Amino acid sequence: MLNTKLHLNEKLFDKDVEKKATRQGYGEGLVMVGEKNKNIVALCADLAESTRTNLFRAKFPERFVEMGVAEQNLATVSAGMALAGKVPFMSSFAVFSPGRNWEQIRTTICYNDVNVKIASTHAGISAGPDGATHQCLEDIALMRTLPNMKVIVPCDYEEAIKATMAVADTQGPVYLRMSRPNSLLVTSEKTSFKIGVADYFWRTDKEKVDVTIIACGLMVGHAILAAKLAEVSKIKVAVINSATIKPLDTKTILNAAKYSKVIITAEEHQIAGGLGGAVAEYLSEVCPIKIVRIGVKDSFGESGEYDELFKKYGLDAAGILKVIKKAVS
Amino acid sequence: MYKNNLEELKSIAKTIRLHIIKMIAAAGSGHPAGSLGMTEVFTALYFSGVVNLNPTEPDWVNRDRIILSNGHICPVRYAAMAEAGYFPVEELMTLRKLGSRLQGHPHRGSLPGLETTSGPLGCGLAQAAGIALSFSMDNKPMKVYCLTSDGEHDEGNTWEAVMFAAKNKLNNLIQIMDRNNIQIDGYTEDIMPLNPLAEKYKAFNWEVLEINGNKMEEVLEALKKAQNSIDRPVVIIAHTIPGKGVSYMANNFEWHGKAPNKEQTEQALKELA
Repeated sequence: MLNTKLHLNEKLFDKDVEKKATRQGYGEGLVMVGEKNKNIVALCADLAESTRTNLFRAKFPERFVEMGVAEQNLATVSAGMALAGKVPFMSSFAVFSPGRNWEQIRTTICYNDVNVKIASTHAGISAGPDGATHQCLEDIALMRTLPNMKVIVPCDYEEAIKATMAVADTQGPVYLRMSRPNSLLVTSEKTSFKIGVADYFWRTDKEKVDVTIIACGLMVGHAILAAKLAEVSKIKVAVINSATIKPLDTKTILNAAKYSKVIITAEEHQIAGGLGGAVAEYLSEVCPIKIVRIGVKDSFGESGEYDELFKKYGLDAAGILKVIKKAVS
Repeated sequence: MYKNNLEELKSIAKTIRLHIIKMIAAAGSGHPAGSLGMTEVFTALYFSGVVNLNPTEPDWVNRDRIILSNGHICPVRYAAMAEAGYFPVEELMTLRKLGSRLQGHPHRGSLPGLETTSGPLGCGLAQAAGIALSFSMDNKPMKVYCLTSDGEHDEGNTWEAVMFAAKNKLNNLIQIMDRNNIQIDGYTEDIMPLNPLAEKYKAFNWEVLEINGNKMEEVLEALKKAQNSIDRPVVIIAHTIPGKGVSYMANNFEWHGKAPNKEQTEQALKELA
């Protein structure tokens, strides 16, 4: 059942459950933090509407910096502005930033250790019809290997707002990863969010479970739907939302490993190098356990709608359920 | 407006050149050609009084900023900073050694007063532009001086920054480009032709000044002139001789990035003395 302490969205299983995009949450959150902190500036590489930084632009035109289609400059100018005391949020599609400007991020943001927030949208296969060129599936790996960098993947619109606010209050480089489509509202306005804290969103048993799914981003909603479906087969499943991938909430994850027969990770990313990689690296050292990673398996995506692609690539509730059943069989 | 007269500045430049050779020889690796070529420019930046700095308080918020984009010529910056009083001159000999604050390519967190981490080319001008834009947003009077190389104009990021600075009319940004015509694999015009450089910058709406970057008088004059731009960034194209002052290094691209051996070091120090 849903963790009642967290004030999650009770209508999650309804047919007419509300859906909103995580990028929208970012755009609205950015306006909120912009009101609080005059040093916050937004930089965007010719994608203001798509990244929803147009909301910030409308409210604070004097603090919005249009970069044109130049993602390397987006990162390096942001680094410079941070050196001068600003708090830059730099936005584009994930495939271009941090996809195209990785070395600039490494040297001028991480090694410089400056207060730049890399907030990217259209991450994952859910970017949809634009096709594989625009569906970034490698960004978590790119960002989580960098020293000084934090990596956060909000699970829904509400969490994206709160993550944006938390990120603004955190010193140093952060990568914030958002998706394009309207997606399930899993949390509510009242749900708490803290960087570095993973929470049980779904739990069938307080003690031992068969499977714990550790998920991030849009996969959290799908994982909860799959956990509910698993009830029919009498498989006990827990779902953890690990919105922060770096620093990983090792305490919660170690605990999960101790009380589960199998760990499943779920992310809208290559199965190599992302959340699954982070969890496997950690648990293999401290508590070896069977781990099954759900994600895109060393392939590119393709054009299609979000739900069609999730179905085809086994990322929807039905796909996750299949993995759960196989893992416990 | 100058703290030091011309003769004093020339004498400081001579001291800095000697440091550069000794440092790189002791390290056993490093980049002498560009460092020697830019010695007059760095001397002018740190000692003429044109640039507003405070070596005893490197993080003073109202300082002008000196951004070194082509980080590999850091020996000249380290030597100038040590002579200016940022840190003890003896520390220069730790260049590139384990535990040193003088990293092979500059690291912002290691040594106060460095401003940025650099080395990977084409990233400095954009950071300088970001700082300059922030200053102009807040109506702050500080200037940003950015040192670049001609070779790093092969990088797309450089030209992205060139366009960005012009778009934002950053008249508080002064770029000094080391036009020494060499890069690692050879002469710039063979590797990836850059000419006509001045015309390119003019077409990109920059103010362009061209000087002999090894003539202290011309460097000072250009820095002074560059203060007065009304609506655009300024580039000072400083024509320099790579390896300036050491006969066997001068204009030879092979000395872009290698250390002299014992005999070569002795000869260089003799010629520079």
